[in-house]
Amino acid sequence: MIALLIRDLRLALRAGGGFGLGLAFFLIVTVLVPFSVGPQQALLGSIAAGVLWLGALLACLLSLDRLLALDYEDGTLDLLLTAPLPLEAVVSIKALAHWLTTGLPLVLAAPVLGVLLNLPGGGFFWLVVSLALGTPALSVIGTFGAALTVGIKRGGLLLSLLVLPLYVPTLIFGAEAARRGAAGLDPQTPVLMLAGITFATIALMPFASAAVLRMGLR
Amino acid sequence: MSIWQYANPVKFLALSARVQPVLWVVSIAFVVVGLSWGFFATPDDFRQGSTVKIIYLHVPAALMAINAWFMMLVTSLIWLIRRHHVSALAAKAAAPIGVVMTVIALLTGAIWGQPMWGTWWAWDPRLTSFLILFLFYLGYIALWEAIEDPDTAADLTSVLCLVGSVFAILSRYAVQFWNQGLHQGTSVPVATGGRTVADVFFYPLLISMIGFGLLFVALVFYRTGTEIRLRRASALRARSERGV
Repeated sequence: MIALLIRDLRLALRAGGGFGLGLAFFLIVTVLVPFSVGPQQALLGSIAAGVLWLGALLACLLSLDRLLALDYEDGTLDLLLTAPLPLEAVVSIKALAHWLTTGLPLVLAAPVLGVLLNLPGGGFFWLVVSLALGTPALSVIGTFGAALTVGIKRGGLLLSLLVLPLYVPTLIFGAEAARRGAAGLDPQTPVLMLAGITFATIALMPFASAAVLRMGLR
Repeated sequence: MSIWQYANPVKFLALSARVQPVLWVVSIAFVVVGLSWGFFATPDDFRQGSTVKIIYLHVPAALMAINAWFMMLVTSLIWLIRRHHVSALAAKAAAPIGVVMTVIALLTGAIWGQPMWGTWWAWDPRLTSFLILFLFYLGYIALWEAIEDPDTAADLTSVLCLVGSVFAILSRYAVQFWNQGLHQGTSVPVATGGRTVADVFFYPLLISMIGFGLLFVALVFYRTGTEIRLRRASALRARSERGV
């Protein structure tokens, strides 16, 4: 398992793995927002939390189609299917590797971009907390979407169509927590709900992803 | 005699051929009676005026939009557990009908909302949930279209339907938490029986709801039959190409 994790991380970090692509996308989306809504500081401050959450979600989505597709193309996935490691563990590791290379950098970059968007001072802590809690769910749900579309040629657009509705609850609670934090309200309820969604998806989604992967590769 | 004998496509088609004429006649009669009674023979509401009459289209469509998804959920489960092809094809056949019902509910809701709430659209929990349901339908249909092998397609869409149901319910509650609504609660609660719609409006609504339900069943029979025949045609074509 650890070998697989290290292999995935190494592949992602080296050239062609697309590491940093999500981060760059996140940066560009955030930079484009003031151009589209105008540079008023008050307006930017009030939408900053939601924009950052949406940007992080889209950046996550962007990197999903290479999560399993590259392994499918070169046959690694077929090997993993016959390996002694259960497929549920394989997809969990894949999701973890995706989170470490995409989700975690987004969480760390979010406060910096929050400064650009004039995020109120009290909002930084809850923004980081909600993103740190929510992005693992995005990775795990995204792995399910990637497993669904793995055998389909040019399935990237379909993947977005399938995964985005599944992201709705996570986005609602995550952005709500960040927004309440920024507005100085008590964000406890949405944070708890977000944590519930994240841990439930981490516990259950690998089974669905593995089942779908077995069906797709049969 | 059990329901499982209709897992055999031949028996299913025979049943469908026997039931369909009756279903079409009865459902269309119910829809026509319900709608024309509702549109022409009920009084205007004292506050809403004649706009209240859109209820006879709006409520049955919304009802069937949700129940179509439930039907797909059940048939997907049957496919995953018992591997009956008719079941998977019925789920495939029901999805476009569900989309149409969802669109009807959303559009009539907008047309009703404009004079009543003063807006075509509000990010109200019920409205938003329906929009999300629409997206789930689109994803489901797109996945069916994208996969060539029919058994794999049936497998994957079934799992998507199951997982999607869980997330649809989650979204429903998340959305309720996220915004308070304009839309009223249910006016015809089945569990408690205490409805808030007066009898004059209720009976045509009931007939219209029954009519939409039967129409849905008839359409599913019809479309499932089409899917079965399409499957047969492609099997015959594949055989003739192999030169057997």
